[in-house]
Amino acid sequence: MKINTLSQLSKLREDGAAVCQLRESGIGGGSTAEILVGMATCGVAAGGKQTFAALERALRNRGLSHVRLVKVGCIGSCYCEPTIQVNIPGQEPVFYGNVDEDAAIAIVDSHLLKGNVLESNRLQIGYEKAGLNSKGQKKQQRIALRNCGSVDPENIMDYIAFRGYEALGKVLAEGNPEAVVNSIKASGLRGRGGGGFSTGSKWQATAQQPTGEKYIICNADEGDPGAFMDRSILEGDPHSVLEALAIGGYATGANKGIIYIRAEYPLAIERLKIAIVQAEELGLLGKNILGSGFDFTVELRLGAGAFVCGEETALIHSVEGGRGEPTKKPPFPSISGYLKKPTTVNNVETLANIPPIILNGAGWFSGIGTEKSKGTKVFALVGKINNVGLVEVPMGTTLREIVYEIGGGIRNDRDFRAVQTGGPSGGVITKADLDTPIDYESLKEIGSMMGSGGMIVMDDSDCMVNIAKFYLGFTRDESCGKCTPCRIGTKRMHEILERITNGEGVPEDLVKLERLGNTIKISALCGLGQTAPNPVLSTLKYFQDEYKAHVIDHKCSTGSCKGLLRYRISEEACTGCRACVKVCPVNCIHLANKPAYRIDSAVCTRCGACLAACKFDAVIVE
Amino acid sequence: METVKITINDIELRVPKGRTILEAAKMIDIQIPTLCYLNMEGFHIANQTSSCRVCLVEVVGRAALVPSCSEKVTEGMVIRTDSAKAVAARRMSVELLLSNHPKECLTCQKNLECELQSLAQRLGITDIGFEGEMMNYEIDHSSLSLVKNPNKCIMCRRCETMCNEVQTCGILSAISRGFDAYVGPAFHLDMVDTSCTFCGQCVAVCPTGALTEVNNVRDVVDALNDPSKHVVAQVAPAIRVAIGEMFDMDPGTITTGQLATSLRRLGFDGVFDTDFAADLTILEEASELVHRIKHGGRLPILTSCCPAWVRFFEHQFPDLLDVPSTCKSPQMMMGTIVKTYYAEKLNIDPKDLVVVSIMPCLAKKAEAARMEMDVDSMHNVDLVLSTREFGAMLKEAGTNFAHLPSSDFDSILGESTGAAVIFGTTGGVIEAAVRTAYEWLTGEVLKNVNFEQLRGLEGIRSATVKIGDMDLNIGIAHELGNARKLLEEIRQGKSHYHAIEIMACPGGCIGGGGQPYHHGDMEIIRKRQEAIYREDAGKTKRKSHENQEVLKLYEEYLGEPYGEMAHKLLHTKYTAKDRI
Repeated sequence: MKINTLSQLSKLREDGAAVCQLRESGIGGGSTAEILVGMATCGVAAGGKQTFAALERALRNRGLSHVRLVKVGCIGSCYCEPTIQVNIPGQEPVFYGNVDEDAAIAIVDSHLLKGNVLESNRLQIGYEKAGLNSKGQKKQQRIALRNCGSVDPENIMDYIAFRGYEALGKVLAEGNPEAVVNSIKASGLRGRGGGGFSTGSKWQATAQQPTGEKYIICNADEGDPGAFMDRSILEGDPHSVLEALAIGGYATGANKGIIYIRAEYPLAIERLKIAIVQAEELGLLGKNILGSGFDFTVELRLGAGAFVCGEETALIHSVEGGRGEPTKKPPFPSISGYLKKPTTVNNVETLANIPPIILNGAGWFSGIGTEKSKGTKVFALVGKINNVGLVEVPMGTTLREIVYEIGGGIRNDRDFRAVQTGGPSGGVITKADLDTPIDYESLKEIGSMMGSGGMIVMDDSDCMVNIAKFYLGFTRDESCGKCTPCRIGTKRMHEILERITNGEGVPEDLVKLERLGNTIKISALCGLGQTAPNPVLSTLKYFQDEYKAHVIDHKCSTGSCKGLLRYRISEEACTGCRACVKVCPVNCIHLANKPAYRIDSAVCTRCGACLAACKFDAVIVE
Repeated sequence: METVKITINDIELRVPKGRTILEAAKMIDIQIPTLCYLNMEGFHIANQTSSCRVCLVEVVGRAALVPSCSEKVTEGMVIRTDSAKAVAARRMSVELLLSNHPKECLTCQKNLECELQSLAQRLGITDIGFEGEMMNYEIDHSSLSLVKNPNKCIMCRRCETMCNEVQTCGILSAISRGFDAYVGPAFHLDMVDTSCTFCGQCVAVCPTGALTEVNNVRDVVDALNDPSKHVVAQVAPAIRVAIGEMFDMDPGTITTGQLATSLRRLGFDGVFDTDFAADLTILEEASELVHRIKHGGRLPILTSCCPAWVRFFEHQFPDLLDVPSTCKSPQMMMGTIVKTYYAEKLNIDPKDLVVVSIMPCLAKKAEAARMEMDVDSMHNVDLVLSTREFGAMLKEAGTNFAHLPSSDFDSILGESTGAAVIFGTTGGVIEAAVRTAYEWLTGEVLKNVNFEQLRGLEGIRSATVKIGDMDLNIGIAHELGNARKLLEEIRQGKSHYHAIEIMACPGGCIGGGGQPYHHGDMEIIRKRQEAIYREDAGKTKRKSHENQEVLKLYEEYLGEPYGEMAHKLLHTKYTAKDRI
């Protein structure tokens, strides 16, 4: 079947309206109940497949085979996967978390058979969806993630039911590419991959190039440790990215879209492949889309796992089959990109925002957020937080709201220490800045950055020197090695941090770190190198005392830096029972002052076995 | 010309649009240090990777510093090359490079030729603030031509530019990542296991000791010290116009006479000129050309003097092995004649002969060991020194090269014509061949031997030479990327040439991988070329077939050019090789 006109598309949408309503509100949602099962990578990893099978069995055994079981993407509640959503016509949809096989059966028995919600697993989902419905003031607002968890990513009809491809149809019907560019410009949408460059201006730069071979590339090389919003979008709502690429292609004059996706995302790749085939079958990709005369195809290119390939020039070289390494800008890809042709490179989340902007208008979008940062941002909230997962909030939301109201506060009621934003390119935000509204500029001002939206929460058991070392180790490993400051500079900074965390640091090391860091920042070739020192510089700024404790007193207050720990045995408490001697893997505990034993610090590996074995609290860690 | 107004260090100036900051600064004598940057002006070869970060300058209004070697000036740009911020950052780049560089300068082959070393000296770096782990790769001694020491690689990518963009061989590229990154063959292969042609252009541009030639000076000295050996030397045409540079002589100074004297003083028993063999080559090659034309043989014919070129087509065009001439190169012809004709004449057992070549080329080292060339299971040439190695040998001996008296090469393999000396430049071999072919095909005396249309430095040149009533279409290419274009035409059946000359290096042998380092100053190459043609013009005989010693060799020993004996001794065959 081919869709040749906008009205045919509308017809298909109307056919699916009942499903849409059922999932949105339960009101007027037809007559068939359904269960949506979160089957993104996270859901599958948590046992989603088993849950799905258990539900299937339970429904069959209880004569409920008419209840539809639908695989959907991720609703973002990673902390309680697997998650399901039970939609019964005429009733509010109910979300459940931690649905293992037993819970699945219990839900079928209680909710579907008897009509009683299984409260023990019920989830309160606090978000509203983009202009589609409103459930009152909620902290979260879903635009990029609007369909994740609501549509079957492997069924294009689901996407169409949720107004999918309507935005593409609209721009093609209007026939004014320039107006599309202007609209995206007016919306204030900025790159969600980290740079924060105006998406509309990027499109405009490509559009202004003479007509001819042009490209639009979706950057799906999500590589920040702890960030997974792009994966979630691609797994949960792949068509939104395809549609946006086609819109971008139309606006900029490109007939070819390329999705550069890391090979470590097999499920996203599989779903994208299915989505491309389905869109082509319906004629929503390919030749003469919706009878407009506009041709557009999308091709996948797999990345081999280099973080630096997220940098657009490196990405383009990788797509071309070359070494994934950046080149100097200018020239910008908009002028000379893939195959030296004008190329737009947009990140997944950025693209996912495009269709709603087209449908709801630039004014709607620019009404959300702050003065310079419009719309929402998806954050991957991870670390020492109760509700680990994806959250999408309007720009300007404070960190406090995200951590405490949405994230449910720090795990085990420990003290909040800091949040790392911007991944390995960003910096820490401390308690003092918890009330900073989160947008591109404010984060930069406090020495961090938006980045792709990873938010790693740390508590008082995390050593900030160690954390900085971790991030620097990451960028050191991921440096392409092209320019000197990044190739050798990050290595030297990491060596200094290694020394410090091993207890061999000297005060001068801090001066060196700062000098190296500040110089690398201004002298490295690409964004990766220029931002690599940020985690160190920012922790040096906010946690200087902690660094000093490491290099002057040789102490790590959190005990994270094993090299700084000293294990000793209290002569008073030691009974000479030899329990520690028996467990010591390096035989460094010897009889000293009978009956007490002593630990040879030079040999001790700080494994902690003696501490665990001692029944008399004689092993002391300092 | 459109210009833009910029300010550098408070000096306002107008600069043509499209210039880099570095070029603009040079216009007003402002020095900015560079390292990875290399611009072989006039040869369309430039390395602008901006990877070393040694030429960083401050552009007012920008947070990050910019690489002046590649950043183009724009209207109103305000630049500071001397701000503390820029100076400190540049210094740190060099310090970081040094922190990962073996400090064995005293014994490094590049000592005093190393650009990193001179940069450290210029910046006054006496202390490296950031000691730490250093790269520790195995040194690749696998080939007979070049040594690759990854631990001295600074990732400037110059060699990669030469190997990929200029020579289109694609052997060298950046591999591994982060701190472990260096430039080398894929999968860390040994050079000898790749399709490397050993042209040595990577060595010619390497700023450090990461790529150097295999040094055979000690072997030569040992041979000279061995009383049981009769050691003869041959000197390639391009040496005489280049080696003077190593002795503070102006580029383009002709030192033919000094070369002969210096070799004799070093103790060589026979001092011969490869030019003799070049004339011999022309007799064979022109015969082959005439033969192919007269007998409807495969055309075009391609010259085969350049061993890098030979390896290139064996690896890259194994389907076209019947196209090149079967002639051995002059170096190998000379070796063969020394070990047969000369040995017989002097009644020396060829096993006691050691043939040493002084070549502008590193591929000649590998060529000498080619089994296809052997006569009676013996290599024609035993040892090959580059111009640089020979220069070093002279320096070690304390030879006052510039002031040596002139002398002639030894007879019976010492005479040469002007046609032979131009073998040293692009276009020279084919011009020499045409001088002879003309007279052979027409039976007339060629009055003007200067075929100006064949000369120059453009990468690909073509000309039609009228020989009697025949239009001889000639193609010339230097650099293998240009050669590839001509070969693709042949492969596609589109080539209209009768004869094509190929040389692998920029400018031909004058720009060879074994020549004194030009450090990017291509004016040197031009001067060497001028000198080659000057030497030719000064010769009384300028056609190879007028070389009396060569004619005598045929009369006494070889018989007819392109005859049976000549085939046995002076021709070779090619072997299809893999492309890795």
